[in-house]
Amino acid sequence: MTVHRYDCIIVGAGGAGLYAALALAQKKTNVAVLSKLYPTRSHTGAAQGGVSAALGNTEPDNPEWHMFDTVKGGDYLVDQDAAEILCREAVDTVIELEHLGLPFNRTPDGRIDQRFFGGHTKDHGKGPVRRACYAADRTGHMILQTLYQQCLKNDVTFFDEFHVVDLILSEGRCAGVVAYRIRTGELHVFHAKAVLFATGGSGRMFKITSNAHALTGDGMAIAYRRGVPLEDMEFFQFHPTGIYKMGILLSEACRGEGGKLLNGKGERFMERYAPTMLDLAPRDMISRFIHQEVREGRGVDGQDYVHLDLRHLGKQKIEEKLPDITDFVRTYMGLDPVTDLIPIQPTAHYAMGGIPTNNDGAVVRDAQNTVLPGFYAAGEVACVSVHGANRLGTNSLVDILVFGRRAGLAMADHAARATLAPLPADPAGDIRRRIETLLTRSGKESAASLRADLQAEMMDNCGVYRNAAGLEHARTRVADEFRRRFEGVAVSDKGQEFNTELLEALELENLLDLAECTVASALARHESRGAHAREDFPKRDDAQFLCHTFAAKKDRGVALTYKPVVVTKFQPQERKY
Amino acid sequence: MKISLRVQRYDSAKGAAPRWDVFEVDVAPTDRVLDALNEAKWRHDGSLSYRRSCGHGVCGSDALRINGRNRLACKVLVKDVVEDGRITIEPLKGFRVLKDLVVDMDPFFAKFKSLKPFLINDEPVSTEERRQSPAARARYDDTTKCILCGACSTSCPSYWADGDYVGPAAIVNAHRFVFDDRDRAAAERLALMDGPDGVWKCRTVFNCVEACPRDIDITGAIADVKRALLFRKK
Repeated sequence: MTVHRYDCIIVGAGGAGLYAALALAQKKTNVAVLSKLYPTRSHTGAAQGGVSAALGNTEPDNPEWHMFDTVKGGDYLVDQDAAEILCREAVDTVIELEHLGLPFNRTPDGRIDQRFFGGHTKDHGKGPVRRACYAADRTGHMILQTLYQQCLKNDVTFFDEFHVVDLILSEGRCAGVVAYRIRTGELHVFHAKAVLFATGGSGRMFKITSNAHALTGDGMAIAYRRGVPLEDMEFFQFHPTGIYKMGILLSEACRGEGGKLLNGKGERFMERYAPTMLDLAPRDMISRFIHQEVREGRGVDGQDYVHLDLRHLGKQKIEEKLPDITDFVRTYMGLDPVTDLIPIQPTAHYAMGGIPTNNDGAVVRDAQNTVLPGFYAAGEVACVSVHGANRLGTNSLVDILVFGRRAGLAMADHAARATLAPLPADPAGDIRRRIETLLTRSGKESAASLRADLQAEMMDNCGVYRNAAGLEHARTRVADEFRRRFEGVAVSDKGQEFNTELLEALELENLLDLAECTVASALARHESRGAHAREDFPKRDDAQFLCHTFAAKKDRGVALTYKPVVVTKFQPQERKY
Repeated sequence: MKISLRVQRYDSAKGAAPRWDVFEVDVAPTDRVLDALNEAKWRHDGSLSYRRSCGHGVCGSDALRINGRNRLACKVLVKDVVEDGRITIEPLKGFRVLKDLVVDMDPFFAKFKSLKPFLINDEPVSTEERRQSPAARARYDDTTKCILCGACSTSCPSYWADGDYVGPAAIVNAHRFVFDDRDRAAAERLALMDGPDGVWKCRTVFNCVEACPRDIDITGAIADVKRALLFRKK
């Protein structure tokens, strides 16, 4: 077994991982990036609409307004000290990205152009503000490319198609990771002073999702199995405008540019629900209102979808500002957004919860904020928490950049001071035995049908709306039926090279662990807040639940504890748009 | 509908030459070809290997030879390629096959890197953005769209014939910086592309343009570079 030694290891090559790697390389720290894909395949590249920063290039704006919107958008579950950092550093970060070469769209006088986005307002809610910096509708693609390019320029070492399968802890510290080399089937140990998990989200837990096949929550599940609790896992965002039945994302930039949502009767239903922000209300609310329209019989043709209408924007604006969206609609639906209405439904999009960290990306192992030395997390895998109960559009890109960079800088400091924690005897032993079991056991269960059943169960009972009966149904199915069936999953491919069947089985186990954790967290939160909407507890309950959930894995089930929210500038208010 | 998915298989551990498997899969006409491959893997033979991730044409993982043409499996629908109930899928041509439809992309990325695909500008910056006019931004817009899927390079006869040719994808990514008025290293990149393995190996066959899932005018970009080389100040 090969053992590699680096000061810092980064797992995941999306925006958070690459920005951290760049920060470390600029500090001349010995760093390597591991990704189960080629870096440019990372899902940051699928982000479309924009990255917010209060540059004020086209109208007055300031970071404090951005912070207010972030806190209110997150239904006051946001840690306000973290949100303040996010919105302040967003400005310098976007400027730095421009300096690194990112091809933003420009204003006529050559500044970075900005557009409207959901939940972003001027002066604490007085109407929409142009805050999202963008590059057509491929902002994430440009961020991913720019950061990868700069990592190449700075000679960052990459281990492409290395699938990380375990976290090595020793003497109460992080000592590295174990990775499975997809090309050869070998296990590699990466011994390091600091490890960053930047592995992204877990949207593949749900049937209809905008997320890539690769987004199986690997980082969260690995940390969870190694005793790190997961924070706020009950908050999972459904994006209102996924392509009907496929879930492919149609950016909020569609509505930022003036697109409207219409129900089956052709009514602009958001006028009834959010008179000021209309179709630019936050995502959690719009997804619920779409469900409500459908339930009350106002879906299109009695079906479970509504329409996105871009026609009035005109051909030129649609093709210039939303070229990829136009391409998706034409390719996958055979429709033309210039002349046709687009059928959409909410699609599982983003995990607000994840591995708990402090404001420097250092992972904390309990509700008392005890740092686990040497272990860091940033991006969707992490929960700082800057998104609280519901993330605003564009803030995921802000998060990966600001906290990816902060984590990188903190790791450079840590690596300069710390020593390597000793490797335990046979650090790859546990995972080797798990893989051997999967390869050698006989069973009739198909990983694909088990995964499909899990995804359907989560969609039906832990989706946009939840209630005790449905969540209890999901809990017992995961704990009893799905776990038992997983024991019967056998891998027919016994080969060493590109055994993607084995990888899918390992990923499925990650999804099972995360489903268990998500459902347990959701069952215990007897209120409705942000993306967590309980039909049996329709009101927000600040007296009991203005707190973060910490869910830890136990031999049987999940142990829950709670941590107060950091409130600095903005006291919780009723959320109206 | 039922279709026959003919897939080229290869497993180096078994030492044999590539073979063909046919999977009878049940798909909807509007499914992606990737959905048909998933159906084959998930219901028929778990050992079938291919790369995929985003599933909607933005990550570049699943460029394959589908009925003899390079395309992304996730960006083409079954109904648009099926012929007599059949779809044929092979790995990209011109790369070493590792397993089934998975090819070795490392040489491709090495060529991409060789032309310095990153902004080079050491001039001091202020706390504000550099200014760039919308017209200057538009000059290189087309080549920023590249997702490095490899469909262009592996459709190019010059690339098949000559293992040292940098290929269209690398040139596209160099073009993106040569024509960005914020960059200061155009001369360096142009010199690299003037070499024996550079743009002059392009015979304007236009296969790359047809193969590109991002609709980049690749031959046009290569022509831009050739023109810049002809008219540059020596």
